[in-house]
Amino acid sequence: METPDRTIVFENVSKFYGDVLGVNRVSLKIPPGITGLVGPNGSGKTTLMNLMTGLLRPTRGQIRIFGLSPYDPERLFTHVGYCTQYDSFPRGMTGFQFLRAFLRVHGFSGRQAHEMAWRALERVKLVDAARRRVGGYSKGMRQRIKLAQALCHEPDVLVLDEPLNGLDPMARAEVIALFREFSSEGRFVIVSSHILHEVDMISDQVILLSGGYVVAEGDISEVRSELPEHPIQVLIRCDRPSVLASRLVEMDHVVEVKIQDDHQGLLIRTRDAERFYKRLNQAVLETESRIEMVTPADEDVLSVYQYLIGTEGSS
Amino acid sequence: MSLSGVVESIRRGNWALWRRQVVGILAIEAKKNLIGRRAMFVYLLAFAPVFLLALRLIVPVPKQAIDSIGGVSVMYAIIFRTFVLRLAVFFGCVGIFTRLIRGDMLERILHYYLLSPVRREVLITGKYLAGVLSTGLIFGVSTVLSYILLQAPAGWVAFEEFVIKGPGFGHLVAYVGLVVLACICYGAVFLLIGLFFRNPIIPAAVILGWEYINFLLPPLLKKFSVIYYLESLCPVPIPQGSITILAEPAPAWLAIPGLLLVSGLILLIAGLKVRHMEISYAEE
Repeated sequence: METPDRTIVFENVSKFYGDVLGVNRVSLKIPPGITGLVGPNGSGKTTLMNLMTGLLRPTRGQIRIFGLSPYDPERLFTHVGYCTQYDSFPRGMTGFQFLRAFLRVHGFSGRQAHEMAWRALERVKLVDAARRRVGGYSKGMRQRIKLAQALCHEPDVLVLDEPLNGLDPMARAEVIALFREFSSEGRFVIVSSHILHEVDMISDQVILLSGGYVVAEGDISEVRSELPEHPIQVLIRCDRPSVLASRLVEMDHVVEVKIQDDHQGLLIRTRDAERFYKRLNQAVLETESRIEMVTPADEDVLSVYQYLIGTEGSS
Repeated sequence: MSLSGVVESIRRGNWALWRRQVVGILAIEAKKNLIGRRAMFVYLLAFAPVFLLALRLIVPVPKQAIDSIGGVSVMYAIIFRTFVLRLAVFFGCVGIFTRLIRGDMLERILHYYLLSPVRREVLITGKYLAGVLSTGLIFGVSTVLSYILLQAPAGWVAFEEFVIKGPGFGHLVAYVGLVVLACICYGAVFLLIGLFFRNPIIPAAVILGWEYINFLLPPLLKKFSVIYYLESLCPVPIPQGSITILAEPAPAWLAIPGLLLVSGLILLIAGLKVRHMEISYAEE
């Protein structure tokens, strides 16, 4: 099937549940790669995903995925797989039967469905449990079988609502590797989470939501750089922090210098990161300090979210 | 979508794909309907007459008891009209068809269908056909068994004379056909009710009341019920009560296509309704 327009577009989309706001005036253009939807519970992440996949209809605005409407399921869901938050399954089915049955609903032949179901089970490492009933699976296994169901037809867009919930660290690492593999093939992976550092770790770009509004979107360092009212924090690990601090504090754009408790580092707050990095080398040479590490300390989703919303984001 | 849009999309439609999808849906749903928890109630209703007639083999009924109501055929016709059609098939269809969509909403599994590349009309068709297949099979088998069990006490010679060589086989085919037709028509009605009402019991009770008082309704109003057309097709007439308001039975050429057409129209409405359906499990 032809897919000339490989973008996901929200145009001024609003969704109200009666008088209650779901999302409001959302306009987005989501590029390929891993996109993190970030915000606390109730911020509109699931609503946005349900709108994208046609489970909800917008009160206003329109959504296009590869030029297709979410209300054209026959064509849309050949491209899209959605792993929802709903932790429920048809009764009495084994993991394999569950995948195979819904691949038949997609219209695949018995043999195709059989092969695709096994391939998906291998991808999520559930082959050993394939013949067991889903009702007897652990939370992590249920999460993985849902993931397998969303990706078993090899979609171009994988929408995942809190996909890492209930997974142990090992399984998390495997699932994250799977997302990266998907995105490296030029596909779209849209992941929601209320755990900010998790999204920070896996996303190429983020969409920050609060109270049904998109408060920022894009690459997280770009978003951070667009917050000039919040001085950028830089962490420097070095051997002579007090000497270096006295030199750095003379710079007019440096607003704060804190020596770390272990006396092995400094936390700088500057209004002009570019000038700061340019003059840092000179200061280091002048003070004869030995630098172990220089890294941005607040160029992450959590910090940006705190600056924008004033909360931690996680609930 | 306008009617011309529907016609155009059907004309251009991928029938081979839709057929495969309907088969896929049917496989999931028929299994749920036939061996799931929801099936127990339907089996109880369907096989209650079979059980009672089997008891009759052990505890024979005095011959006069049958003769007084006009013989075995009339006795079966009475059981069929008053219990099988009006109660068993009716409530069986309530149990199966109202849950086809609403049940999946309550179990929070409908999204697996809605997130598949399936036209929603195809989804409704698959679920509906699974319902018809399941109820048709259950009530068809129970009808055959109860008919045979009712004839059994007369002995093999009489059975052969009436059922195999006589009109009995034709009656049996007509009863099975009527049961299937009832499932088709009541099924469509209750599928639609399941889409529009969270609690289908109240509308189902209203329809039951309307169908049950059919014998008291004036001839014109009788025609606005399913049971009037089904009873018109019954092969054996039964004695009417003194308060029954009589009406000319509908001819088969009108009753059968009429019921099928109405069922088709109801399905069309259900398809349009499900096309605009949203998932809101929290409200269920």
